[in-house]
Amino acid sequence: MSCPIPGEVRPLAEDDPALQLRQILNEEGEADAGAVAALGLGRQELLRLYRGMLLIRVMDERLMSLQRQGRIGFYGEARGQEATIIGTAAALGERDYIVPALREAGAAIFRGLPLRLYIAQILGNANDVCKGHQMPCHPGTRAARYVTMSSCVGTQLPHATGMAYAMRLTGDEAIVVGYLGDGATAQADFHVALNFAGVWRVPVVFVCQNNQWAISTPVTLQSAAPTLAHRAVAYGMPWARVDGNDVLACYAVMREARMRALAGGGPTFIEALTYRMGAHSSSDDPSRYRDESVTEAWRSKDPLRRVERLLERMGILDAAGVAALRASLDDEVRETVAAEEQVGPPPLRSLVEDVFHAVPPHLEEQLAELLPLSRQPVGARTHG
Amino acid sequence: MPRMSFREALNQAMCEEMERDPNVFLMGEEVGHYQGAYKVSQGMLQRFGEKRVIDTPIAECGFVGIGIGAAMVGLRPVVELMTFNFSLVAIDQIINNAAKIRQMSGGQFKIPIVIRGPGGAATMLAAQHSQSLESFFCNTPGLKVVMPSTPADAKGLLKSAIRDDDPVIFIEAELLYSEQGEVPEGEYLIPLGRGDIKRPGTDCTVVAYSKMVRLALEAARRLDKEGISVEVIDPRTLRPLDDELIFESVRKTNRLVVVQEAPPHSSFSGEVIARVQRACFDDLDAPIERVTSLDVPMPYAGHLEAMVLPDVDRVIAAIRRTLYLE
Ligand SMILES: Cc1ncc(C[n+]2csc(CCOP(=O)(O)OP(=O)(O)O)c2C)c(N)n1
Ligand SMILES: [Mg+2]
Repeated sequence: MSCPIPGEVRPLAEDDPALQLRQILNEEGEADAGAVAALGLGRQELLRLYRGMLLIRVMDERLMSLQRQGRIGFYGEARGQEATIIGTAAALGERDYIVPALREAGAAIFRGLPLRLYIAQILGNANDVCKGHQMPCHPGTRAARYVTMSSCVGTQLPHATGMAYAMRLTGDEAIVVGYLGDGATAQADFHVALNFAGVWRVPVVFVCQNNQWAISTPVTLQSAAPTLAHRAVAYGMPWARVDGNDVLACYAVMREARMRALAGGGPTFIEALTYRMGAHSSSDDPSRYRDESVTEAWRSKDPLRRVERLLERMGILDAAGVAALRASLDDEVRETVAAEEQVGPPPLRSLVEDVFHAVPPHLEEQLAELLPLSRQPVGARTHG
Repeated sequence: MPRMSFREALNQAMCEEMERDPNVFLMGEEVGHYQGAYKVSQGMLQRFGEKRVIDTPIAECGFVGIGIGAAMVGLRPVVELMTFNFSLVAIDQIINNAAKIRQMSGGQFKIPIVIRGPGGAATMLAAQHSQSLESFFCNTPGLKVVMPSTPADAKGLLKSAIRDDDPVIFIEAELLYSEQGEVPEGEYLIPLGRGDIKRPGTDCTVVAYSKMVRLALEAARRLDKEGISVEVIDPRTLRPLDDELIFESVRKTNRLVVVQEAPPHSSFSGEVIARVQRACFDDLDAPIERVTSLDVPMPYAGHLEAMVLPDVDRVIAAIRRTLYLE
């Protein structure tokens, strides 16, 4: 049994460099002062990162409970993944595009999508720029260069490569970031997107939020490779593995990848190792399929607490400041929800809008036939 | 007017649009160095360079998705599929993404893409190389579907498709590529959604598109000798559909036959028939007939294939049935 099978994949030793995660801010919230300074983030910017992360946490708590009360149809939390989302998004320029998966809405808000519009999209009310057409947690905002999410897992990734190709064709000094989950790495679209990006060396960065679960499927069932980042090797692109609960390390690897892409060095694959602290979505109960003691263990790696400790040590924000900021964000979310719930539904005409660039005659006719009919909102329909 | 083949007309349309708009580019398998699997992109690589005439790896879901991404940020990709059979490998990108992104984003992101290539049966290529999938695309809100029957229409419609702000499925009949015809020079645009009377007549309307127009015209010529006058309408764009042109014709002839190469179940002809019976119920003097492929996957053997596909005799028989001559 000493002769290895040709091509055998051996488990990597724990200290194998390929398994190491980039980290700047450790689990205790400690960081090398020089390493932090090298990031060039000022005090205001550090505070802004923290605020972006905290808003996600607060928003998720409020909106999940709204879903439980039946006031919104669906919700997908990002609890535990705030550092990856904000750290990577913060390293982007204004002209860069984000092609999201399910959990990056916090990045859209961080980039300027008003909270009001985010909530409007979740409610599908008349203020929603998507006119009540798209599911919650799938916002899209051209202004913040954040594309409307495609629900089919992985299908957004070829779009990211295509947008990056367009950047190169038009000479736009910008990059595209395509986000994905660990589950998406098994999809055909993932492979084609990375393959094309590798062959064409276009300015795209793939950020895989490895939260270790795809609904009830563990990451170990998605791939036999030692890490998800190993995939990048086959597509001829540089990769990085990063502690996804460390906002500073996420910022650092994205900044490097972005610089490389802008300099013509092509794509990068980033695997951010994190953990999905909550359910997959409002339709899921993880206690039925996973050992929640593992989830408990991940609490000690909480991405927010680390930043809080750093901010406190740097004299930027103390415990009272954290509590006050949390309360004010919570108020903001509650007030916004309350205000947006007063707004009526999108006009019925929006039913036929944006299917094509102009409303075609047959849709005008169908709408005219529908309008005189009585109608009830779906939620109010009684069954049986 | 210059005469040229169907493939040259398509080539001219793409070249003119690429000259006119730097955001237009062509992408697909073998479109560059090989000059296109069916030589539609002859000379384009030499003329426009590798950045705008792009040979892709073999992955339809990849380059269709990439085209969609490029369209989202303002480019106008023309994506060539080696044949439309392989659009099924990219069907999620076409139906779940291209057709829906504008609507889901409330109009913030448009997808001005043209997905084009040959469709339908050629000769003895069996089930996976002979499909007429247009009904599939027609059943998808958000897509436009174009199927030209002549070189001139091919040019005028492809130019319009490239300028259109919505995703357009542009299906070319493989067996028409060498068909010759007169093609207007330069700026020649046919609006999407406008049909054409390919032959005027008074006794029976035949709606046919793509290479079925040839069958319809041949049937009309033969029946003319018997004193039966057939009007042939080519909608050219299946979606949006110029139903008024069809209604006008049926109000005149009081009879309708729809001819399609696609199989019958839940297909385009059913849509035409539903609309006509509603708008022209009192005008109809006979049940509406249709001629379609047999409802089976295409067999390979030549004599079996010939039985599956519509032919002139079947079109003639259908017309005669509407006139109670059979
Ligand atoms: C093509 C496709 N198949 C299945 C689903 C159902 N589905 C939604 S999310 C999901 C799991 C995704 O897991 P992952 O990529 O790890 O992302 P995460 O949810 O962990 O953020 C699945 C299977 C889908 N949306 N699309
Ligand atoms: Mg996951």
